[in-house]
Amino acid sequence: MRTTLGERLTDWAISGFMWGFRILIVFIIVYGTFSTLSSGKYTGEQWIDFIVFGISQGSIYALIALGYTMVYGILRMINFAHGEIFMSGAFSGYFVATWLDEKGFIDANPVLGLLIPILFAMFMSASISMLVERIAYRPLRNAPRLVPLISAIGASFFLAYAFRGLFGPGVYAYPPIKALDGEWVIFGVGILRSQVIVAIAAAVIMAILYFIVMRTKIGKAMRAVSEDKVTAALMGIDVNRIIVSTFAIGAAMAGAAGVLYALIYRQVFFLMGFTPGIKAFTSAVLGGIGNIPGAMLGGLVLGIFESVGPALFLDGLGIPRPYQLKDAIAYTMLVMILLFRPSGILGERLTSKKA
Amino acid sequence: MKKENFIWSSIKIGLIAGTVGIFLSLVGMVEVFNKRDVIEKVITLGMFLLLATSVVAGFLASRRTSELLEGNRAASNLAAGLLAGLATGIVLALFVLFMNNVNLRAVFLNATPALSELLTFGRGAGGLWLLPAFGAATGLVGGAFLLLPENIRKPITHAAAMVIFMALFSSLLRIIMVNQGGGIEKAAKSLFSQTGLTQNGAWVFIIVTLVISTLWSSQGEKVQSSVEKLPSKGKKALRALGILLIAYVVIMLPQSAGPFIAQVIVIISLYILMGLGLNIEIGFAGLLDLGFVAFYAVGAYTVGLLTSYGEYGLMHVPFWVAVPIAVLISMMFGGILGVPVLGVRGDYLAIATLGFGEIIRLLAGSDYLAPYLGGPRGIIGIQKPCIGTLGEFVAVDVPRICNGIELSKPQDIYYLAIASAMLIAFFAYRLRESRLGRAWMAIREDEDVAEALGIKLVQVKLLAYMLGAAFAGLGGAIFATLVGSIFATSMQLIVSINVVALIIVGGMGSIPGVIVGALALIGLPELLREVSEFRFLLYGVALIAVMLAKPEGLWPSKTISRELHHDEAAETNS
Repeated sequence: MRTTLGERLTDWAISGFMWGFRILIVFIIVYGTFSTLSSGKYTGEQWIDFIVFGISQGSIYALIALGYTMVYGILRMINFAHGEIFMSGAFSGYFVATWLDEKGFIDANPVLGLLIPILFAMFMSASISMLVERIAYRPLRNAPRLVPLISAIGASFFLAYAFRGLFGPGVYAYPPIKALDGEWVIFGVGILRSQVIVAIAAAVIMAILYFIVMRTKIGKAMRAVSEDKVTAALMGIDVNRIIVSTFAIGAAMAGAAGVLYALIYRQVFFLMGFTPGIKAFTSAVLGGIGNIPGAMLGGLVLGIFESVGPALFLDGLGIPRPYQLKDAIAYTMLVMILLFRPSGILGERLTSKKA
Repeated sequence: MKKENFIWSSIKIGLIAGTVGIFLSLVGMVEVFNKRDVIEKVITLGMFLLLATSVVAGFLASRRTSELLEGNRAASNLAAGLLAGLATGIVLALFVLFMNNVNLRAVFLNATPALSELLTFGRGAGGLWLLPAFGAATGLVGGAFLLLPENIRKPITHAAAMVIFMALFSSLLRIIMVNQGGGIEKAAKSLFSQTGLTQNGAWVFIIVTLVISTLWSSQGEKVQSSVEKLPSKGKKALRALGILLIAYVVIMLPQSAGPFIAQVIVIISLYILMGLGLNIEIGFAGLLDLGFVAFYAVGAYTVGLLTSYGEYGLMHVPFWVAVPIAVLISMMFGGILGVPVLGVRGDYLAIATLGFGEIIRLLAGSDYLAPYLGGPRGIIGIQKPCIGTLGEFVAVDVPRICNGIELSKPQDIYYLAIASAMLIAFFAYRLRESRLGRAWMAIREDEDVAEALGIKLVQVKLLAYMLGAAFAGLGGAIFATLVGSIFATSMQLIVSINVVALIIVGGMGSIPGVIVGALALIGLPELLREVSEFRFLLYGVALIAVMLAKPEGLWPSKTISRELHHDEAAETNS
């Protein structure tokens, strides 16, 4: 193939630019880490705190990310309203938990007091998600790709502001669970109980999901549909039903994540779904979208980076209040992954038609 | 497959409508809208909302019945309407009963005694039977409506739509007309009450709409064909007349409408500006960009830093010097952010650009850049544009004196915004028909084929990013001078989403579509401030509804709608 000098020059310029970009990021990470560690500003215990917090935060991201990844895997569509489904779970959990708390049930049975709100939230989120799928997504399944995306954005606004109308614009405080207050001392390091419980609960839920997807008939059908819808239909799978159950299962995970999030942050309000939603999508992309273990791993990686990153990379560069830029770290990771490894950590390389 | 029984389907529709009614009540719409009248002393907007659900339920049930029975049968249609309306009413009545006995307020904020009072027409539990009765009656009306012949149905629908439209905008129209004084002021007072339409006003609008609509449906085709037959000179004259009329309205509007409407129109024209810019990326080149606000921020901050007489002002140059610089810098940013995402496609591109947009906002608002960009305190004291010479910069926080005309009020900025929007519309229009525009469209259809045809992807794509960014930068620059200050918090993702939504709703790749989309998605919510509580709720509903009903947009470009229909034709053939 003949290429002109001008074209070769632009190619060089662009690859030079990209390399400069990579070098800059690597420099920030290496130099920041080095100078933070050498200044000795943080103790070992603080680092462990950061990591534990990152794991519990990350496991919540992972739970939400599963819904994004499963829906994307089947429909190749970004379910923009998923963050709001997460919010609806937090609200449902909050109302049940407050009700139980007033009856004194939570203090008497802490395990059930945790479990009942989570189950109710899963149920509510799944129902809302199925409703949204029926009204806003199903009629548009064969439309050009931007159309369902806009419809999903519409659904996201609708849900957030419907919750504002129904329950008010205030911030609600999730009732405290006494059994979760305080710390456990493991290897001489104090770790907040609530964070450990959140991480464990998330892990259990993800294990159940993994079992459903890999071992049950419906999971097999889901994998088949995400591989090839037409062939799956020829094999006698009801594609519509599988899509609905994918939405429902993904939403149930997000609902549970909503309650766990409320347990850590103690805050429930109608706009809470947006940022975790974007972060969870980042996690899904990070792990390789469409890939279930990828979403779990991506969530953990993002959570830990976000919690450790500001102190580790940015503090050393002399940036004041690095925690303001915590979200910027998440978005930078997102951009970097998309630029340099769009298939994600665990994903296989997608063809251009699929991406 | 066995066909559904029409009775069961009607009841089902009624149950759904009842649930919708409960939702509207609980979300607070009925109560808030009850403060507004559609027609004074006859019906409030809140009541109208509830009645509309049962009328629509009746109509839908009746239509479904015709489908099931394959044809209209008056008795069944009416029965279906009645049943659906009755079901709606019963659901609502049960809801009121439930609400009176169980304290829902602990969870639902709007389940107040006032709501239950409202739903029972102020009669307490004794008025409970009224709901099913009204429901059945209105359902019957809805059901009967379907049986009317088309040429009666249409004018009635138009008249009802007209009354609602006028009632919604009554306070606005009233202000405009009262400002004119004289006979117009008197007319305004007889047509509009403080809260809606007067009874006289309603009759006037109903009759006028009925007459026009009937005349148009019988004579419209004749008028159209006689226009078609006009010689080309006549057509041109007609078009010129239309343009002159629009120009007159556009120029005179802020004089008579006051600062509020002027400000709304400035915001609309800013969104038109950005919409036209993003349309180059999305509509022409098919590059979905969700981080458009980044360039808007760059433009706004550049103008702010260059012209501000506040703490962070750098150069103290006049607005007219700062704008071209701002546009150039935004363009540069467009290039810088465009290079890395050259190889990223589709949804991934959307998310990558979204990430860029958020990073820029977070950086602008952080303490790290606060010494330069003001951080959360923002940049204040942006000099208003001045036609004439600007006085010397004296001291921080002292505005410079303008010897000449200062464009300080929203009405003045309005002309600036409209002029830029028109310039850019012209620019975009010429671009679309150019070689570059065709190259963009080729990329949109298929990147690989376009490359094989000798289109230089890198340059053409970068140009799309850069031109789009330049337009956004101009929008940001005007926004900064309009408000006089910039804060990182106004650079939210919602701005980008608004712009994308207005392009898709208007019709992708269509220039008039951008204007229609901006009017519908930005203008209407801004004007309907009274319902601001439900602004985003309705916005969401509108986005979904437009996508379901008209996925090609409200005013699609000819090529795109042709393609959509081509697809349909191909599907039916195969």
